[in-house]
Amino acid sequence: MVTGTAAGAGVVAAVDTVRDQAWEVAAAVPDPELPMLTLADLGVLADVEVDGGSGAVTAWLTPTYSGCPAVAEMAADVDRRLRAAGYPDVRVRLRLDPPWSTDLITAEGRRKLAAAGIAPPRPGGAAPAGRGPVPLTLGPARTGTATAAPVACPHCGDADTEELSRFGSTACKALWRCRACREPFERVKEI
Amino acid sequence: MHDHTTPATSTTTQAATSTATSGTEDDHVYLSLAEAAPGPEGEGRWAYGTGFADPLLGVDTALPAGLDGADLAAYCLMLGDDALILAQRLIEWCTRAPELEEEVALANLGLDLLGQARLLLTRAGQADGTGRSEDDLAYWREEHEFRNVRLVETPNGDFAYSIARLLLFATTRGVLYEALSAHPDPVLAAVAARGVKELAYHREYATAWTLRLGDGTPYSAERMQAGLDAVWPLLEELFTAHPVERRVGVDPAELREPVLRALGAVVAEAGLTVPDVPPLATVLGRAGRDGVHTEALGPLLAELQVVARAHPGATW
Repeated sequence: MVTGTAAGAGVVAAVDTVRDQAWEVAAAVPDPELPMLTLADLGVLADVEVDGGSGAVTAWLTPTYSGCPAVAEMAADVDRRLRAAGYPDVRVRLRLDPPWSTDLITAEGRRKLAAAGIAPPRPGGAAPAGRGPVPLTLGPARTGTATAAPVACPHCGDADTEELSRFGSTACKALWRCRACREPFERVKEI
Repeated sequence: MHDHTTPATSTTTQAATSTATSGTEDDHVYLSLAEAAPGPEGEGRWAYGTGFADPLLGVDTALPAGLDGADLAAYCLMLGDDALILAQRLIEWCTRAPELEEEVALANLGLDLLGQARLLLTRAGQADGTGRSEDDLAYWREEHEFRNVRLVETPNGDFAYSIARLLLFATTRGVLYEALSAHPDPVLAAVAARGVKELAYHREYATAWTLRLGDGTPYSAERMQAGLDAVWPLLEELFTAHPVERRVGVDPAELREPVLRALGAVVAEAGLTVPDVPPLATVLGRAGRDGVHTEALGPLLAELQVVARAHPGATW
């Protein structure tokens, strides 16, 4: 309960600090499949709450794809790291609503993906997914010719790239190739 | 005879030694994984069997007022079984697809459906009050207890048949999930809301191959048309309501118009013909939603369930 007294404000501030510290611990957990990204970069860490009375920490995760096999490892890692950081009472919960979207990947996350040779998803590109009709054309898969923004090669930066396969090594990635430097690369596809 | 109370460690050993070539080194690897004390940096990452594998971990499982638990469970089983059985058919393409990229694609689609099935079966076990887990429901039910439509269980056939089946299923399921995104059960609504986005990729994939084959060579068009012709008799069942669907879900009859319109557009664009075939007969009006299946489901389940039944209660 927040009160107007100085003591009450102090309690609220203390809980906020504890909450921020717990958030930092959970936010630093790496993604099991894209370890260059943290769960916060990926937008999987939805929230962290600390109970002002008991000090219990609850971390909320939003799973990516329905079939993502890494969810259990993420939850176990968050639990383990928080306990190792000294929080004795930790709960990890899944939050299914709203669903995860690549729009939740932070700017820092996109930068890290590109630095690791994985083309990041287009910002805001997830909005139309799943709505409206499926395109009835077999247009060229190369970017620059389609209406969507071009995908830059994460190796050489050239925009003359093409999709080889929409499905790749993990549920969230597609396989692409740069036609300038000829290197193949993976791309996180919008969802 | 397996002892159901076997401790986890010896079950692990049993599982390891049951693979023909494993010896003591493999046993050691399995045991060390199972017994590894997890460290703060996540070495010893081994989440399975830790309780974190629950696909609805910590999600509020209370039933919304006005929803009948038995009906909701039956409905989740219907949708979950559709996804589970088609996932099994899709991953049968592993090592058999025309190209590696298609194999990876089909396995990816199967993985999405498997994930949806895990959530839906888990929800079913909660909603009916039995507390059965996803594994209990996937591995320990018999053929007549599965509630999937027959469309998803028929053998894969050739690539064109599998693509045609995927086109019909993904189109219908996409429209259904859009409607279910507003369902009063928050778990079902959340599964549907995420599923809409996944199913869009499935529709795109099936549509692209239908166009490529239909608008390809005369021979590829002939094969794609044959695939559509063969799968089309199973479509009607997707629009035929079971009483449970009417009570707690979306009446599948409402899907008929938008689905047929979408399918018709794809088929026309591919230069093919919408098949004019009668629906597959039912048994006194009963079909997949009533647990009445084709002869293809039994062997599929035998393969799906054999490991779980050979090692009851195994953990690893």
